[in-house]
Amino acid sequence: MEERWSTEHVLSLAPDAASRKAAGKLSTSAPWSAAGTDGDAVWGECRGSGSTPYRTVVELATPAYRCSCPSRKFPCKHALGLLLLWSGSPDAVPDGAEPADWAADWLKERQERSEQSSEQRAGRAAAPADPAAALRRAGKRSARVAAGAAELRLRLADRVRHGLADRSTAGPWEEVAARMVDAQAPGLATRVRELDALPQHRLLEEYAMLHLLATAATRLDELPVPLAATVRARVGYTTETAELLAGPTVRDRWQVLGSRTSPMEGGADERLTTRRLWLRGAKTGRQALLIAFGRPGQAPELALPTGQVVEAELAFHPGARPLRAVLGTRYGAPGAAPDGPPPGLDIAEAVAGYGTAVADDPWLDAWPTVLTGVVPVLSPEGWQLTDGRHTAPVHRAAVTEAALWRLAAVSTGRPLTVFGEYGHQGFAPVTAWGADGRPIGLTAP
Amino acid sequence: MPDPWESLQTAALLGTDRRPLPAPGPAAPYDGAVDRADPATALLELAALETVRRRAGALPAPADGPPAAPAAEDRRTELPAAAARRLSLLLSTRGTGGGVLANLGELLPQWLATARDRGYRAPAASVPALLDAARARSELRPDAVALAGPLGRWLAERNPDWRFVQRATRTPAADTAPAEGDRLWHEGLFAERVTHLTLLRRREPAAGLALLRGTWSTERAEDRLLFLDALQEGLSPADEPFLEAALGDRSKNVRATAAELLSTLPGSALAARMGERARAAVRLSEHGTHLLVTPPAACDAAMQRDGIPPKSPTGRGERAWWFGEVIAAAPLALWSAHTGLTPERLLGLRVGDAIDETSSTWADDLREAWARAAVRQQDPDWARALLGPPPVAGPGRTARTTGAPAKLLAVLPPAERAVWTASFVEAHGLGDAFQLLGACATPWTPPLSTAVVGALARAAASGAYPWSHSGVLGMTERALSPTAAGAVEELAAGAAPATAWGETFARLAGTLRFREAMLAELAA
Repeated sequence: MEERWSTEHVLSLAPDAASRKAAGKLSTSAPWSAAGTDGDAVWGECRGSGSTPYRTVVELATPAYRCSCPSRKFPCKHALGLLLLWSGSPDAVPDGAEPADWAADWLKERQERSEQSSEQRAGRAAAPADPAAALRRAGKRSARVAAGAAELRLRLADRVRHGLADRSTAGPWEEVAARMVDAQAPGLATRVRELDALPQHRLLEEYAMLHLLATAATRLDELPVPLAATVRARVGYTTETAELLAGPTVRDRWQVLGSRTSPMEGGADERLTTRRLWLRGAKTGRQALLIAFGRPGQAPELALPTGQVVEAELAFHPGARPLRAVLGTRYGAPGAAPDGPPPGLDIAEAVAGYGTAVADDPWLDAWPTVLTGVVPVLSPEGWQLTDGRHTAPVHRAAVTEAALWRLAAVSTGRPLTVFGEYGHQGFAPVTAWGADGRPIGLTAP
Repeated sequence: MPDPWESLQTAALLGTDRRPLPAPGPAAPYDGAVDRADPATALLELAALETVRRRAGALPAPADGPPAAPAAEDRRTELPAAAARRLSLLLSTRGTGGGVLANLGELLPQWLATARDRGYRAPAASVPALLDAARARSELRPDAVALAGPLGRWLAERNPDWRFVQRATRTPAADTAPAEGDRLWHEGLFAERVTHLTLLRRREPAAGLALLRGTWSTERAEDRLLFLDALQEGLSPADEPFLEAALGDRSKNVRATAAELLSTLPGSALAARMGERARAAVRLSEHGTHLLVTPPAACDAAMQRDGIPPKSPTGRGERAWWFGEVIAAAPLALWSAHTGLTPERLLGLRVGDAIDETSSTWADDLREAWARAAVRQQDPDWARALLGPPPVAGPGRTARTTGAPAKLLAVLPPAERAVWTASFVEAHGLGDAFQLLGACATPWTPPLSTAVVGALARAAASGAYPWSHSGVLGMTERALSPTAAGAVEELAAGAAPATAWGETFARLAGTLRFREAMLAELAA
């Protein structure tokens, strides 16, 4: 049986603030009728201003939403309102019910579709359409990327020759970024674009790491295979999900340690919404990062509640330090994680852990880390975490002020377990386990 | 030997055209791996090596001593899970109303007050959002601060945005040492000083008075005014000498405030002086059938000192103005004491001019002034008599209301207020009921709720527009007893769909169900 989700989790699925507000208003039993759940799905009919009620059904495992309303928001306010009602008022959405016909039809259809597509996926990955043409395209792209990387090396060295302090004579990096896009190296373009906004004391670091990446991109053939894969990914080569899933996968019981959706509240609405989900395998102890995207007005499809465990196969993107993965076959619905916070590290171990990871992948900015027995402290130098023997600064740019106060409140000034990313700029908290051992998302809207 | 990173940084900032590449040294053992032919490229490669070396080899920073003390333990029961979810929802959906349910933010005060009464503590993770809400809406502060408890105080010590928590919880006798209170009074900001005085008055009125007396002569006029107003808290005859002295203050507003405070002390010398003036202005006729009015002929220096401005601020006739001020400031008890008549009988008498018994020009002035006195002196007998019996429905019978009935109503006990208002709503509908309903305790009693629902049904049947009742409807969503939800749902079902009243009733019913669920969760 599926545990009912928290309000925070339901609200985090909303595509925007307006949807959250609208859903809150639909979270009472008044507009709903024929609502029910069988543990795998929730359904109900919502009376609106029109004469026919909207039919809403949510499949919980994915989750997937279906509503007869005309809204282009996704999930729509009815789906979110229904989930809120389900989460908050068990009486209003009785358990153990049989799905209404219309709900059952959709659920069945959906299941068939997903089976079909996984078969198709397997078929497609096995046989590329035209191997010779694909090889030609790949060769062409490699040449372009290498040319772009070589040009970037020249530009970087040029700036160092004239001095980084002198920003007046050189044009903005934007123009170089555009050339990297032309060279089909979007990863380089993104990093280049960020250079203009950097404070002076961080310039040399980023120039140097970009130089290292560009250099590596020009000699991919000479690198060990895993490191070459890391460089390719950082330069901007992507790997198809189907192709990854056709390769080796890791089956485990993956515990969701946390999630973060960006842009955060108030960010530019026109951009993609990105949701990051961090998992840890119960058997293998491996960390994994799933990234899902949503178009403006639509929440990313993938959403697993923090603290739950899902039995599934993951396929990792190749690299010297594999982390990013895609979700393959799932076995059963997500279940509750064992009580209490997950095991973690003290600060010295976390610092050493990131050091080891950087030795594998020099461009790694941070590594997912569970810290145990740390107290958040607002010191004169800013927010820190301390375990009594060592302190780690909080990576301020990666966390909102509200998240930090939430963390401080959950701690009540006492040691607690926190999940986040630890890196050379400090620790960015994502999830905290309070005194009752339940996970609390710090970045929740 | 300079730090290798510093040397690289300096060279890079100034440019390798101007600065030589730092010489290889023992601090950078990997130097030999770099081709130094092009200084700029070599510098980038050295910097990359050094960056990775620094990142991979970083050591943790030592702790600077033990962290500060944690928040005090909160032994209250944590909210039931469903109520905690509801709180998240109420806190996350602030904003404008509309749609199928009332603005949820409007229900937050009721939720907070109920949760506080039940003695719950807020979940730790919700406390920051709770304090943010209370920061934006000061009316939420007392309940929000109580629910946040010791954790709220602990957080507020660290976040200046939540400083109001400390103001709301600081009690002089309990938390503030006398020396600290003294420091606050002599060095604090004006708002802190007012708060300190108010809290001190609440616990030890005499100490508060002594504190104020100590610095009174050096305070600015506008500060004196607000400090004086703080004496309302714990006002007693012990304050009279000080207030009497304040009647001679340089500032007109200070004098007026002192006079008003004194007039609410029925045993004060000022009240006695006003009583004498009032008795001179109103006497019972020989046969006991009339009250005869002789308004003051002048506003002499003594009257002015007792707080009566010689000119009416609204430009009324001078004598009528002085008359009203005198009656409103005179102790109400004197009327029954000197005539042997109850307030009801006194109000039933005809009112005439002392010269011409049949002239009734003074009746309204007298009634008005009595109403002001009843509110100022919080006298329920007079308030009841002035309001008259609960109005009864029927043609031709209009309620005789005096001044501001809502203010008089507020003087009565809550149950009586509800009964009176229910009768009023039954007789007159909702048109003039807004302030009366606002004076009633929430949630409304079931009979009052039934009366309001009935009046809404009649308004809908009469073809009035719902938005002409928007004020009352907004209040109804917050205050109507949830037991009325069934009746409202029937109205919603009976109204034609997609009409304004249909939507209004559906929304009201939805809100009531929401409140019902919300209150039930807290009772669990």
